[in-house]
Amino acid sequence: MLLAASALMSPGIAAAAEINLYTTREPALIAPLLGAFSKSTGTKVNTIFLKDGLAERVASEGASSPADILMAVDAGNLVDLVDKGVTQPVESPVLNSAIAEQLRDAKGNWFALSMRARVLYAAKDADISTFNYEELADPKWKGKICIRSGQHPYNTALFADYIAHYGAEETEKWLTGVKANLARKAAGGDRDAAKDILGGICDIGIANSYYVGLMRSGKGGEEQVKWGEAIKVILPTFKNGGTQVNISGAAIAKHSPNKAEAVKLLEYLVSDEAQKIYAEANYEYPVKAGVAADPIIASFGELKIDSKPLSEIVSHRKQASELVDKVGFDN
Amino acid sequence: MITSQAPARSAKRPGGVWLTIAGIIALIAILPIGGLILEASKGSAGLWGHLFATVLPVALLDTVILLAGVGVITAVVGTTTAWLVTAYDFPGRHALEWMLLLPLAVPTYIVAYAYLDILHPIGPVQDAVRWLLGYESPRQFRLPDVRSKAGCILLLGIVLYPYVYIPTRAMFLTQSGNLVDAARTLGTSRRAVFWRVALPLARPAVAVGISLALMETLNDIGAAEFLGVRTITVSIYTTWITRSDLSGASQIALALLLIVVAIVAVERWARRKQRYSIDVRRMRSFQPRRVSLGKGIMLFLGGLLPVILGFAAPALYLLIEAAKRYRFAGISSRIIDEAVNTLVIATLATTATVILGLLAAYATRLRPGQRSSWLLRCSTMGYAAPGTVVAIGVLIVLGGLDQLIDRAALSLFGVSTGLLLMGSGAAVIYALIVRFLAISAGSIEAGLSRISLSLDHASRSLGQSTAGTLRYVHLPLSKAAISAAALLVFVDCVKELPATLLLRPLNIETFATHLYGEAARGTYEEASIAALAIVLIGILPAMLLSRIGRIR
Repeated sequence: MLLAASALMSPGIAAAAEINLYTTREPALIAPLLGAFSKSTGTKVNTIFLKDGLAERVASEGASSPADILMAVDAGNLVDLVDKGVTQPVESPVLNSAIAEQLRDAKGNWFALSMRARVLYAAKDADISTFNYEELADPKWKGKICIRSGQHPYNTALFADYIAHYGAEETEKWLTGVKANLARKAAGGDRDAAKDILGGICDIGIANSYYVGLMRSGKGGEEQVKWGEAIKVILPTFKNGGTQVNISGAAIAKHSPNKAEAVKLLEYLVSDEAQKIYAEANYEYPVKAGVAADPIIASFGELKIDSKPLSEIVSHRKQASELVDKVGFDN
Repeated sequence: MITSQAPARSAKRPGGVWLTIAGIIALIAILPIGGLILEASKGSAGLWGHLFATVLPVALLDTVILLAGVGVITAVVGTTTAWLVTAYDFPGRHALEWMLLLPLAVPTYIVAYAYLDILHPIGPVQDAVRWLLGYESPRQFRLPDVRSKAGCILLLGIVLYPYVYIPTRAMFLTQSGNLVDAARTLGTSRRAVFWRVALPLARPAVAVGISLALMETLNDIGAAEFLGVRTITVSIYTTWITRSDLSGASQIALALLLIVVAIVAVERWARRKQRYSIDVRRMRSFQPRRVSLGKGIMLFLGGLLPVILGFAAPALYLLIEAAKRYRFAGISSRIIDEAVNTLVIATLATTATVILGLLAAYATRLRPGQRSSWLLRCSTMGYAAPGTVVAIGVLIVLGGLDQLIDRAALSLFGVSTGLLLMGSGAAVIYALIVRFLAISAGSIEAGLSRISLSLDHASRSLGQSTAGTLRYVHLPLSKAAISAAALLVFVDCVKELPATLLLRPLNIETFATHLYGEAARGTYEEASIAALAIVLIGILPAMLLSRIGRIR
């Protein structure tokens, strides 16, 4: 039986001039980039989309692993890869000059490729023009906030940033306040915040910036245009900082059989051309200075990135997740 | 007739070879759990203190309420619909027989997503309600949110009831009509026959069905997450993904597994002395009673309700979304590859799972007793563990094996084999076997248990070997149970997500992995065609299943 399966499916042995990409990033988002790269270099890119368990899979494959590039969506996941010992450092002047120091590993183990901000969705007629994350706990929003599960990495990253600013004790108080203001269970996805604002369930929501591009552009269908237009987007900041951002990024696998080609692909991904595709295809902020964001995203105003380094934020993730449990955020 | 007897103990017991086979199957199934134990033993400082203080009180309560609710709904809907199509004859009965299976085709996470949209304040239902009541905006009037425990219980119950309907109906069908006749002659009313004769006899089947539905519930991560219900399975995920603590997650998973095993053991113990079988020589099929047209229509509509809620509404929603998507973007060229991958993986896994399940169940019949019973329990443990957890266990075991093979080949022959098991897709098939062996072994065991042991004795005394008896006596008599098992496993393999997602080779996508890829970033609409394909693949087996049931 197993032999029959083996015969029917392609063997896992990689040929030359190929790169094997393991990604937790949805394949549709990077397909245009990989296509452009293959076209210009002639190098084929094999992909496998994994959601959870990227680090575990590469670790268990060990030295036999065909993986060259490991791509992940959240800074925490990238750090996990390093902690599991499945990455290797890369010294590339191209990568180092394109990506701000704050957005890559100090030792060259991972690099950010695109960025998204945790922004405020507000009802069109709401009287808000600026917003601080701190205000989410303000009792005036009681029963008015929509947000997804507090255990989702997008939210734990935001809460971890709060810990980086104010410490765990203050964050717990703040989270308790936010919890008390929720209009419904902390559940669903980010776009539900916009949809629920349209449906009258809540007045404001916290969600990712790029969903607004997806909704308003009509790429998700005409209904989503309605959701996207029911809200206005405000870039919130910490009182003593900027807007919280998270990244998607990549690392070179420790046992990469095609390292040279793999580094070339990473370098291509931070080129002006690729960064522009990122911005247009997925409405993310480019990590490379000088590349413009999509007009929908640019319309939110100028993004002022929070000053806390990603590596510090990531170190508070576990604590943030435990605080979510402690205040019963999702209950 | 009904016989209640202790396990047969003839002087000459069939060869220990069957026990060995059962042992090997149990080992195959339990290896990944061994991998988990290894992972769990790495320790996780401070985890349990945190869990006891903040997570478990809520998660345990939510899980228990969810299980109890789903158990009651699936039991009530599954048995009443099974009785409905068995005991009464009314227009549309034959169509209803297979339509009642349709909710099986829809994965729980898709149903949750569909209902979130259908019942949303800006969705069709609430729009209609507001229009009827004369409200203009959702801010003036809206229905309770489906994102709640109650919502989750109703949704899971209405999708999972076929797990009870299928074995229960098979049991009703093969119950001797003589028994019902006898009861009727003694003046028992039709309704009382259900309560006093049919239901008690079907109890093992109902129990198997409920336990399958509850396992599916425990496994569910998508629906619970969408609807904001904090089950233990969600906690395992949080521990693993958000806190990057795989060892801790393995520990919680193992604890959960222990609880499930304990429940199953108690259930088994409670009916340890019961053995139901029928005298197949005098079996006469159950004659449904024809009812008046008015009553018939009522019965039909009543039976149709779970079909509408558990299948038609979400499927219609998917159809509309898929049509929109098709007009918007056409059909992806990858859809053919995805279809082939889905079917090949599901077919291979189903074949293997059913063969192993049959062998395991038959070994238990030949060598009844503590040992074989425990081996069977071990073989079916994979179903109790959440899919991702099994996948991780398989990963740990096969990943290690792959490296071992690769290194050995390199040192012996100077050739690298690469990843033989992971790279070929064998790992996916293995994980599916581990996950679904419980369904095949359970259904087949229930089927075999209806065949009187005297037939085994007769066959053996006429000189047939145990294998021959299996071939000429048991296989023909339990064809329906085996086919039912195969179809259930097949549909489950098509829907299965976590193991396929984690263990498949490069460049291989199935409908489910494609769907999940889109769902993961919230762009379900792009995957509505793949979702619809999963449902369509599920429909065909549902119809076949009902035919098999009728032919018996």
